[in-house]
Amino acid sequence: MFYRESGQFKSSYAADSAILTIAQDRLFIAALLALAFVVLPGLGSDYLLSGILIPFLILSLAALGLNILTGYAGQLSLGSAAFMAVGAFATYNFMLRMPGMPLLLAIFLGGLMAALVGVAFGLPSLRIKGFYLAVATLAAQFFIEWVFTKFGWFTNYSSSGVISAPPMQVFGIAIDTPASKYLLTLSIVALMALAAKNMARASIGRAWMAIRDMDVAAEVIGIPMLRTKLLAFAISSFYCGVAGALYAFVLLGTVDAQAFDLHRSFQVLFMIIVGGVGSILGSFLGAAFIVLLPICLNLLGQAFHDTISTQFLANLEMMLFGGLIIFFLIVEPHGLARLWQIAKEKLRVWPFPH
Amino acid sequence: MKKTAVAVSLALLTVAGVAQAADQFIPIPSYRVGAYASGGAKFYGGMIDYLNYVNMKEGGVGGVKLTYEECETEYKNDRGVECYERLKAKNGGASAFNFMSTGITYATMDRAEKDKIPLMTMGFGRADAQDGRAFKYVFPLITSYWSQATAKVQFLGQRVGGMQNLKGKKIVNLYHGSAYGKETIPVLDAMAKKYGFELQHIEVPAPGTEQQSQWLEIRRARPDFVLLRSWGVMTPAALKSAQKVGFPRENIVANWWGGSEEDAIAAGDAAKGYIAGSFALDGRQFPVIQNIEKTVYGAGKGNLSDKGFIGTVNYNRGVVSGILMVEAIRAAQKKYGAKTLNGDQIRWGMENLNIDAKRQQELGVTDMFPQVKTSCQNHEGSGYTRFMQWDGKDWKPVSGWIKADTGVTLPLIKASVDKYSQEKSMKLRDCAAEK
Repeated sequence: MFYRESGQFKSSYAADSAILTIAQDRLFIAALLALAFVVLPGLGSDYLLSGILIPFLILSLAALGLNILTGYAGQLSLGSAAFMAVGAFATYNFMLRMPGMPLLLAIFLGGLMAALVGVAFGLPSLRIKGFYLAVATLAAQFFIEWVFTKFGWFTNYSSSGVISAPPMQVFGIAIDTPASKYLLTLSIVALMALAAKNMARASIGRAWMAIRDMDVAAEVIGIPMLRTKLLAFAISSFYCGVAGALYAFVLLGTVDAQAFDLHRSFQVLFMIIVGGVGSILGSFLGAAFIVLLPICLNLLGQAFHDTISTQFLANLEMMLFGGLIIFFLIVEPHGLARLWQIAKEKLRVWPFPH
Repeated sequence: MKKTAVAVSLALLTVAGVAQAADQFIPIPSYRVGAYASGGAKFYGGMIDYLNYVNMKEGGVGGVKLTYEECETEYKNDRGVECYERLKAKNGGASAFNFMSTGITYATMDRAEKDKIPLMTMGFGRADAQDGRAFKYVFPLITSYWSQATAKVQFLGQRVGGMQNLKGKKIVNLYHGSAYGKETIPVLDAMAKKYGFELQHIEVPAPGTEQQSQWLEIRRARPDFVLLRSWGVMTPAALKSAQKVGFPRENIVANWWGGSEEDAIAAGDAAKGYIAGSFALDGRQFPVIQNIEKTVYGAGKGNLSDKGFIGTVNYNRGVVSGILMVEAIRAAQKKYGAKTLNGDQIRWGMENLNIDAKRQQELGVTDMFPQVKTSCQNHEGSGYTRFMQWDGKDWKPVSGWIKADTGVTLPLIKASVDKYSQEKSMKLRDCAAEK
């Protein structure tokens, strides 16, 4: 009833190719952005901002990166965490070895380094596919983690192998409060999500999807295989690299190579599977599910800590979490993003069933 | 209906507010699931039991009741940060955090400094944090990794009848291929230089389940001793491989991460005779453990699901952690009065701990852990380690408390602190001015 596009006409090509063609959608997104940019930094507690929202946004960005590679271009990867590590350590070294380098530039360069490494490890994708490629990217995961542990140069010869972030500022504004850290993260994530959405709709996105759906056919219609696949690896790794840099600098303020182990790669992969493969929104929904649900369960569990043994509660949380993943995958194998889409379609015809 | 609900919740809020006025809140960032759950459940169980014991026995500290809340970290850095943010301002403010995880401690160090909440890193964490001038809010109480590494070498010196006899001996440092594993290399190198023994570093790739080639290398090298810097599954795997190549287990010395029942039992027969360092002794013979069992478990308020774990290494470590926390609150109350104290005041207490022989007697912990006396400059407060041998069923002490070789550690700490303060562009505290 409320969610209906009748009466909204597109009178120009620009209007036709807009991201949000329906006024209600535009209103919703505008409200969401206003909430995220204006209301939350002002009213949100430290805990909400730095304990929940910042990790959620950063891992959404990593999931977005993987979704470009796996969801759009169809190249299965288990190396997302390794590319995050490259971004984090490269940013750290840029800031350490070139004093006075602006934070944003360092993060950008860190992302570029991750993109370069991503391209190198993407080369096998020209010959091998599917699960075999996943194993090849697994090599990246182990190799990169080993490099950062083995060679002291990357960590500035810190005896414990842990690097810590120097004081940060952007355009002269110190990034030291939860609100400023949150706003920095949110701005970067919002911009990059917008870029990803546009890439997915543009020719490059179509080329990726063509390769994903049938690479022989894609090659026949003239899509350059080498360039398109490597571009997918580069852009995906860039996203992961920026996410890694934010994870190290903004969220933790310190990082060691073990923070980006295989578990992290799996975590990012699960985010896109639960959220929706090949969907920008799915990356965010998946990250919310994987990051926020265990926290919510833990918070809920604490309400009962007087009556039930905490040992039992901690394990119960894990069981519930696992159960919910299975539940959602059975109900909607295409992920939470598909559920959202179905909800929108239903809303369109509401109050009628069809 | 709605009105009553509002009234009831308002009433509850005021009641909670009043109750909080005389409470001291202690956050418990525990890990009861995940890879390290078996140790975490016992450690935090011991800590909670001690807090409950103090509440039941004395009605809190100086009349101020101790409250706590748990938060599951799963030993993961991001979850740890979430827990830190969740608990730091709750119920009148957190007293101090003990994450039992080096990674989470690193990740919360800057935040803690800003929020003025101390971090206890008992036995682990940054070794250079014992310099309180650079790390005002970090307390590697009792022993750091570096102190323990020097104690290990001194223990070997005792075994061969004096440090001078170490000259020409061959020692292998078998370490976990991670940041944690590599941390003691510079200290051991310095010790090798000082005492003239030959030192060979051999890396075991993480997680350390596969050690065949490393132990063949050790067999070829024929070292007199192997120092084990292991973690988790690496310990039993090392012991089993040592058995296979016939290396005597009594010549293997691990640090405290390899010194719990879980580590030894998993290796079965191969663990017999193996030696590990310890900063908190196991067993039920200590009066404090017996009192906890009597008072807390007697009233059915114990935290462990299985009473059989009382007195295990990890449980006793947790109790010691609780004791140090409570003693810090006591010390702080002496200065600031018996009321709810904030993190910075507890920090003062932790900086002025003095658990001497007499106090240990009162607490019923004589010989359970070494005496602790901290200061503004010295956040470690002890540096003693004792070595234990696994007899197939239990850990048995095979040495007295061995002091860290500060001649080796202090210059390294100074160098590390200088680098840290330069990287962070910060100024060191002036301890003399802070009396």
